[in-house]
Amino acid sequence: MANFTPVSAAIGGVLIGLSSLLLMLLTGRIAGISGIFAGLLGPGTNDKGWRAAFVAGLILAPLVAGAVGYAVPSPQMPASWGVVIAAGLLVGGGTRLAGGCTSGHGICGIARLSVRSMTATAIFMVAALVVVAFTRHVLAG
Amino acid sequence: MPIIASLFCGLIFGSGLLISGMVRTEKVLGFLDIFGAWDPSLAVVMMAALAVAVPGFAWAKRRGRPLLAAKCDWPTKTGIDRPLVVGSVMFGAGWGLVGLCPGPALENLATLSPRVIAFVAAMAGGMVLRDLWQKRSPQPRNQATLATAADG
Repeated sequence: MANFTPVSAAIGGVLIGLSSLLLMLLTGRIAGISGIFAGLLGPGTNDKGWRAAFVAGLILAPLVAGAVGYAVPSPQMPASWGVVIAAGLLVGGGTRLAGGCTSGHGICGIARLSVRSMTATAIFMVAALVVVAFTRHVLAG
Repeated sequence: MPIIASLFCGLIFGSGLLISGMVRTEKVLGFLDIFGAWDPSLAVVMMAALAVAVPGFAWAKRRGRPLLAAKCDWPTKTGIDRPLVVGSVMFGAGWGLVGLCPGPALENLATLSPRVIAFVAAMAGGMVLRDLWQKRSPQPRNQATLATAADG
């Protein structure tokens, strides 16, 4: 567990929990990022403003942090283009089908004590563990 | 005002993902790799977030009306149905392939990484395809989960 960073993980986690709580207390919305983003894509919804603002805040966070001297890491994605596209399609289609992702089910749903969200979280965690075990330890030998 | 509040919440959420290291794919994959050099950080992130959100949401529910809107949009679905299971398996598989879920994927757009941009474009494509497919399939008993009526 050489990479374990419990202090920064706890601080970051508190901020994530606080953001989800504030969004509900202020605007009455669930901070589920797949749902917020999906609502920006279709022609149907007339509430794109707050959605775009939330996503803009997400993207601004590392830019603001970088501007004040925080070392923003660049993402490591050694996977091939085909795998990246396939993963994106699975994440997009899967989160819409399931109605949420790590934030909507994993944080907000569990925080509401929703059994449906707890089930979703358990399933996507196990699916991800299996895929990582397979790609890192079976395929890679 | 709700727009400014949303922007502010997005900023805090993004700061949380950044500080906790959850924008880094290798750190997320380190958590998912239980047979390798396991990194439990993501579990601590979730527990810390829940330590705030569990009592916070209970209080928000009792309080009722939000400050800047007419009502709280609490999700109403409770059942464990086929789309929940199939969708969660698909999402988990995609997450495990590259270590990106929607929040960190969108946040990492700031780095202008071509692979992140491709991932987000494919993710948007997957969302649109799924909504189109649902509109085409004549299943009245399959309650429509449109973007606004989802869990999160």
